[in-house]
Amino acid sequence: MNKIMLSRSGLSALAGQALRPYRNPLLSSRFAALQRAFISTETRKAIDSAVATAPVVLFMKGTPETPQCGFSRASIQILGLQGVNPQKFTAFNVLEDEELRAGIKEYSDWPTIPQLYVNKEFVGGTDIMMSMHQDGSLAKLLEEKGVLVEAEESDASSTSS
Amino acid sequence: MAASMTPMEDAIRTKVTAALAPSSLEIFNDSHKHSHHKAMQGTTSQETHFRVYITSEQFEGKRQPARHREVYTLLKDELAAQGGIHALQLRTKTPQEVAATEAK
Repeated sequence: MNKIMLSRSGLSALAGQALRPYRNPLLSSRFAALQRAFISTETRKAIDSAVATAPVVLFMKGTPETPQCGFSRASIQILGLQGVNPQKFTAFNVLEDEELRAGIKEYSDWPTIPQLYVNKEFVGGTDIMMSMHQDGSLAKLLEEKGVLVEAEESDASSTSS
Repeated sequence: MAASMTPMEDAIRTKVTAALAPSSLEIFNDSHKHSHHKAMQGTTSQETHFRVYITSEQFEGKRQPARHREVYTLLKDELAAQGGIHALQLRTKTPQEVAATEAK
């Protein structure tokens, strides 16, 4: 789970450079609007690489061990119940990076967090994860993408019990 | 008439009704359950957390993310406002889907 630290270093480093001119109080408002568009391009690139860090990526509040929001907690629990392979999973803590927190909402055109991505594709927020968990479509999706813990391991544990 | 005590709930009801003509619309204000949560420090609004169940023919043929996006777009201003809606749980179904669930 040390991958979580990527969120801070990775995104801030990329976004930091673009941010500096935007803070300049001497900029005209028209120019500031251009700067804002520029930031969002930089942020978009950073989020592109964040989404590609693992087959399953969750943008959440807090960390998987200590979620800071009930919806983020529920999403982590669902992924755990589904048996997502931890080695194929990365979580990004949006509370550690304001640029990411604002950027991810624009990136996915989705105003709330958490947000789940599988193979770089946006799946949905907690409500969608929950309904897909209940109707079996999440299990199907995760299985198709080969991101679950190896079948032999779970077979072994079920025969021994 | 006095200002509404529930401007956010009113906005949700008005906008969802106008845009989606729902056959059923239930709005639950869960804000009291979250008033002590950290992110709510400094917020005085009593209308921050909502659960909204919408049944509408207009969801037909649309996947869940598209349905949720439609509702988010309707409530864009309320979600973006400082002290506005912080969390929005959605259940978006078509009348056929509701009937299928009830038949089980």
